[in-house]
Amino acid sequence: MYNVQQIREDFPILKQFHHDDVPLIYLDNAASSQKPRQVIEQIDRYYREYHANVHRGIHKLSEQATEAYEGARKKVQRFIGAKSWREVIFTRGTTESVNLVAQTWGRENLKVSDVVLSTVMEHHANIVPWQILASEKGFSLRFVPLNADGTLDMDAYKRILAEGNVKLVLVTHCSNVLATINPVQEMAKLAHEAGALILVDAAQSVPHLPLNVQTLDADFLAFSSHKMLGATGVGILYGKRDLLEEMPVWQGGGDMIAEVTLEGFVANDLPYKFEAGTPSIAEAISLGYAVDYLETLSMPDIHAHCQNVTAYAYQRLSDMAGITTYGHAKERGSVVAFTVEGVHAHDVAQLLDSQGVAVRAGHHCAMPLHQHLGISASVRASFYIYSTLEEVDVLVRALHHAKKFAL
Amino acid sequence: MDDFYRENILDHARHRRNWGLLEPNQFDHHEHNPLCGDSLRLTLKIDENGVIQEVGWAGDGCAISQASASMLGEELVGMRLEDAKKLDKQVIFDMIGISLTINRVKCATLSLKTLIVGAYGKQIWEAIEDNNG
Repeated sequence: MYNVQQIREDFPILKQFHHDDVPLIYLDNAASSQKPRQVIEQIDRYYREYHANVHRGIHKLSEQATEAYEGARKKVQRFIGAKSWREVIFTRGTTESVNLVAQTWGRENLKVSDVVLSTVMEHHANIVPWQILASEKGFSLRFVPLNADGTLDMDAYKRILAEGNVKLVLVTHCSNVLATINPVQEMAKLAHEAGALILVDAAQSVPHLPLNVQTLDADFLAFSSHKMLGATGVGILYGKRDLLEEMPVWQGGGDMIAEVTLEGFVANDLPYKFEAGTPSIAEAISLGYAVDYLETLSMPDIHAHCQNVTAYAYQRLSDMAGITTYGHAKERGSVVAFTVEGVHAHDVAQLLDSQGVAVRAGHHCAMPLHQHLGISASVRASFYIYSTLEEVDVLVRALHHAKKFAL
Repeated sequence: MDDFYRENILDHARHRRNWGLLEPNQFDHHEHNPLCGDSLRLTLKIDENGVIQEVGWAGDGCAISQASASMLGEELVGMRLEDAKKLDKQVIFDMIGISLTINRVKCATLSLKTLIVGAYGKQIWEAIEDNNG
C-alpha cells in the first residue's frame, strides 16, 4: 500500500521550514528530486567506512568500494532491463551521456549527406551536442514539429524518415515542459525500419515509469541519478552492446585502457572503455540505493501516485482564470507548465517561494520549445513520490495570491 | 586447508610449470590485466586431432596470476582445444582454492582469459566472465 506520509518521513529536507513559519512545498522535482535518508546515510557510510579508489587496490577498502560501485551498476542494469551490465556506463549525467554518443558514435558515423532528426520539445542537452558536431561534420539537424496538444507530429516524423537519409533520431521519452510522454517504442521501430538508430533522453521517465530498454528497443538511452533520489554528478548511458563495442573511445586516461606503451594504447573492455579517470564513486553507490528505494515502493505504484497528483494539479490550474497551461497530451508525465496573465514567470516563482512553494521558472533548458509556444518563460510545477494533493492546494492558494500582483 | 593452498600457490608461482614460449606453435595469444598490468603470453602445440600436446607460456605478474597460469597449463596438456571452451571461472577458483576478492579474480582468471580470447574471441570470454559472479 502506497503511503505518502510514511514516504515523506524518509526525506529530512521535507520536514524543514522554508521560511520562518512556512513549511516547504517542493515542486521542482523535474529539475532534481530530494533524497531519502536511506540514500544520504549510504553516502555518509561510504566516506566514513570504506572510501578508496575502485578497480585498483588489492586492499580491503578498495575491494569494498569496487564491489559497491559495481553492485550499483548491476542494480541499474536490472532496473532498466539491460541485457548485460557491460551496457551500463557511468557518466556525469544525462548531458554527458548524450555528449559521449555525439563525440564517439556521431563523430565516427555522421557524414555531410546525413540527417540527425531531433524534436522541437527536446531539452538543450539533446540539441546542442548535435549542433556542435553538425557545425564540424556538416550533417543536417532537423526537428519533428509538434501538434497543438503538445504531442509530436508523427506524420511529419514518418515523412522525414521516408526521405531516407536520417541516421539518428533523438527524442525525449517525456517532455520536461509539456509533460508529453512520447511513443518511443513505436518511434524506435519506425527509425529502425528507416535504417536509423534512436537515442532516448529518459531523464524524466526513468524516475517515474516502469521502463525496459529491450522492450523500447532503444539503441542509446540516457538518464541522471539526481532526478531519481540519487546524488548529483552521476548518470547512465545505456547502449546496445554491439554498438558500444564498435564505437571509438572518448576520453583517455586511467581505467579506460587495457595496455599502454609510449607508442599507443589498447582500449579496455566494456563498460570501462568509456569510464576514464576516477569515477564519482559515492554518487554511483548512492544511485544503487536510490534504485533499491524505488523498487521497494514499486515503479507502477510510483507512476500511479504521480499521475494522480499531477492530474489533480493540471485540473486545478486549468480551472483557474488567468492561468494558461501548456501541454495537453493524453499520456503525460509529472509536470505542469503554465503562465499567469500579467505576471512574469520569474515574479510568479518569487511570489510562490514566499509562500513556501518551490517551483522552476524560465525556459527549463528548452528555449526552442518556448519560442514555438510563443512565450519567453513559463512556471513549472513538477511532482514526485512524496508530493501530495494538499501541496497542490497550497500551490493553488499561493497562485491566487500571486495573481494580485498582475501588472 | 587454506595453508595447503597457499603453499601450492607459492610452489607454482616459484616453479612455474611449462615456462617458456613454444616455437613453432598452433596457438599464440597474449592478454593484459588492465587493473594491475599483469601480462601473459600463451603458446600451444596442437596435433591434427585438435589435442593440446604441449603448453608454453611467459608472463609477468603477481603470485596468483602466475600460479593460475602454471596450474591451468598442466590441466591443458592432453585436452582438446574445443573442450577448453567448457572451462569456466570455477575451474580456476577450484585450482587456486582460496577465496578471492573482486579485484583478485582478475589476476586469477588472466590465464583462462588468454586461452579463451585467443581461441574463441572476446565475446565468448565475456560470457564466461559474466557467469557465476
